[in-house]
Formats: sequence, structure tokens, C-alpha cells
Amino acid sequence: MTEKPVYTEFHPRWYRTRVSTYWWLDRTPYVKFILRELSSIFVAFFVVITLLQIRALGQGPQAYPAFQQRLQAPIMVILNILSLLFVLFHTITWFNLTPKAIVLRVRGRRLPDLLIAAPNYVAWLVVSGVIAWIVTGG
Amino acid sequence: MGKRSFVPLFWTLFSVGGVVAAFLIPIHLFLFGLAFPLGWIQPPTYERLLALARLPLVRLYLFVLCSLPLFHWAHRFRYTLYDGLQVKHLNELIILGTYGGAIVGTLVAGYLLWSL
Amino acid sequence: MADKITLEVARYDPERHTEPTFEKYEVPFRKDWVILDALNYIKDRLDGSLSYRWSCRTGICGSCGMMVDGEPKLTCATFLSSYAPGPVRVEALRNFPIVRDLVIEMTDFMVKLKKVKPWIVRENEKPISQGEYLQTPEQLENYKQFSMCINCLLCYAACPVYGLDNLFTGPAAIALAQRYNLDSRDVGARERREILSDHEGIWGCTFVGECTEVCPKHVDPAGAIQQYKVDAAIDWFKSFLLPRGAK
Repeated sequence: MTEKPVYTEFHPRWYRTRVSTYWWLDRTPYVKFILRELSSIFVAFFVVITLLQIRALGQGPQAYPAFQQRLQAPIMVILNILSLLFVLFHTITWFNLTPKAIVLRVRGRRLPDLLIAAPNYVAWLVVSGVIAWIVTGG
Repeated sequence: MGKRSFVPLFWTLFSVGGVVAAFLIPIHLFLFGLAFPLGWIQPPTYERLLALARLPLVRLYLFVLCSLPLFHWAHRFRYTLYDGLQVKHLNELIILGTYGGAIVGTLVAGYLLWSL
Repeated sequence: MADKITLEVARYDPERHTEPTFEKYEVPFRKDWVILDALNYIKDRLDGSLSYRWSCRTGICGSCGMMVDGEPKLTCATFLSSYAPGPVRVEALRNFPIVRDLVIEMTDFMVKLKKVKPWIVRENEKPISQGEYLQTPEQLENYKQFSMCINCLLCYAACPVYGLDNLFTGPAAIALAQRYNLDSRDVGARERREILSDHEGIWGCTFVGECTEVCPKHVDPAGAIQQYKVDAAIDWFKSFLLPRGAK
């Protein structure tokens, strides 16, 4: 068998479709996919803001409140709300897809997806609670 | 494997970064992006926060929190550009912009946390 | 209930057309009819020139895959009544060259399938006199899901990554590679990895996940690819930390 099919006199020309540039708008699952991938931009945005926050923290007791004030600007609040929604979407899709990549077997039987995803959610809530408790001072 | 490919390394960084982002970013974003600035929750004082951030373990934690999600972003965003905009011919430029960005961000995070 | 339903069928004759056009056919609307029954009705009664592939009518042969209203489907397992009152669009599977009407050119897949060595690889065969290779039910369970693939190519039609760049090995071929990797009688995992772990093999997959959604046999190729990536990454670190003799 040849690597690439070729036309011959007896093998007619065929029609090739090209994928549209906006294929990710074609069907709902594709839209969900592209939103999931775009969540990474908000992940990066969070990191940038966090780095700026750490910098302000290092610059002293005057710089830090000034930075806090900038976070109160409407544009920042909107961006942060949007980021939170996208990051939550990332968290949920990530946890739900984990069982596909990680197969655990107990006595030869594959653990059902829910049994792998559920502990992730529980751990997530616990970890979030612990972080909030440490930061707010317990 | 003749030529050593670094794709598995970057894929691993993407995956681990994805786990870090999924577990840790929502609560951080909620507290520092919304709850504290908007006064929903009483924010910790500057002194307390600085003391907290200077603990070696917290520095390491913040480094991981900043670095790995950047590699997660780099990988996803790279493929989003490839597949979403069909610009695979700009391969080198995209790799430089994404993974390069993640490496620069990691260095910045290291510097800021070191000198805190 | 209406007694007729309209099918819009993609027609392409390489000698006359530059691109497919849709032709409308009215067929009886019967509750027990699948899309393939309607196509057979068209071929028998309305237009004998319509070309399409089919064989078993029972979801085993994997030859009647087509796009039905934009979704990849086995036409023998897709009821007309799900699309009432119509019209229903029937096209050739997406992401493959079209030879004629609803017939696709699938050489690309056949070449890829062969490349991943979808057979049991052994270092040395034991003589027949020593009997068969035994396997426990648990060992069978390990790969059984991936062995259900019928090569219908619906997963390739659902995969935007394959559509964009057909260097990508694609869902079914990787799932079948994984089927043999997980088989206790097989020792070919390393040979397959060398073929699959290059950039186009598995890493192009961005886990859209639609291959799994459209699979009529619940093979879950998306899962197979992610598991393959995890294994390949672990292997990569192993060979990095233990450069020699690790394998």
C-alpha cells in the first residue's frame, strides 16, 4: 500500500474539504472545547496579577494599599469575575476528564469515573478551605 | 528514540500546571481578586501578609502557584493558536511567545519571591 | 404522522462536478426505517446512480458511516424518526477526500492503522504443540473496551485536529495501538511507542473528546490517547533519569 493515495487515469479526482477557520463555532461541544482552552488565558492573567501583588508586597507598606486600591477599579473587578468563571470552568472540566486519563483498577475491575472524580472535588473543597483559613488568619 | 523530544516534558508541565490551577487558583482568585478588594471579607493586615509570604514554605508554594500554571497556559494557548486560528506556519514564533513567556514568568516569580 | 420525509443527499461526480451539491429525495417515512433503509430506497426506486458503502446493516461492519445533519453516524443505527419532520442532510464523512457521492477515500487511515502494528507482537512464538496463550478474565478486561472498534471512522470525522492536520495518527488507530499494548500476550508496546510518541502521533491531540462521544461501540479513543500520553511521559522521565538499560 502506498503512503499517499494518488490519482490515476482510472482513479478519478476526489473532492477535499477544508476545515473552516471558525470550526470551533460549528457545534456546541466544539464551543465548550474552545472556551475550556481559552480558560488558560485567565489562568495566565491570574499569575500576572499575583506577581504584581507580590511585587507590591515587597515594595513596602505604601505600595501595597495603593495596589489594593487599583484592584477595586471596575475594570479589574469585571476581569476578576470573568477570570473566576473561566477558572472554575477549567477546574470542573479538568476534574471530570481526569478519570479518562488515569485508569485505576481494584481487583481487576476499573473504578467508575465518579469514584475518581469525586475525591478530586472533596480534596479541592478541603484545600480551598485550608488556604482561606491560613490567609484570613484562622 | 533517536532524537530526544522534549514534548513529553512540556506536556507533563502542562498537566501538573493544570492540576495546580484547578485546585488552587479559584480560592486565591476569589479571596485576593474579589473578596478582599471589595470588602466582603476583612483582608489580613500588610504586616501579617508579608510575614506569611516570607515563610520559606509559603515562598515555595507561591513559586509553584505562579510557575506551573504558566506552563499550563503556554501549552494550551499554543495549541489554541494552532487549531483555532490555523497558524501552524508561525510555529517558532508561537513557541517562543508561549513557552518563552512561561520561562520568563518563572524567572520573575523566582526573583520576586527571593528578594521579598 | 406524515407519510413522507425529505432527504438532502450530497452528490458528487468527479467527472462532472467541482464540489458536492445536494439533491432532494422524498422517501416513505416509516418508524422502523434507519437512514440506510432510506438510501437503499433511493438507490432502488429513485436514482440508481447514488453511491455509498454499506454491508451488514447491524453495526458490525463499520462501512456505512456518514454525516447525518452534520453529525457522524452509522446510518444503519440511526433512525429516520429521530429527524422527523425533516429534511435530513446526508453527507460523506468529514475530514476525508470524497471519491463519489457518499464514498470516502480511506487510504490515509489504512496506512496509519498498519503503522501502529495492530496485532500481537511477540519476541518468540511458542510452538503450537505447547498450546494456546492463556488469559484471565481480568487480563481480557484490561483491553476489551478498545478491541470493540469496527474502524467505522466516525471518530476521525468528529476530530477537528485530524481535519486540520492529517499527520495526526487519529483516534481509532491510537485506541487500537493501546488495545494491543494492554494485551497480556503482547510485547510490542515499545515498538509502537516509537511510532506514536513523535509529535504527530499522540501529542497533537488536544482532548476535544468528540471521538468518544460519536463512537458507536463505546471504545473511548479520547481516553486511550490520554492514557497513552501519561504512559509516554512516565517513560520519558524514566529514560531521562536512567539513560541506559532502563528499558
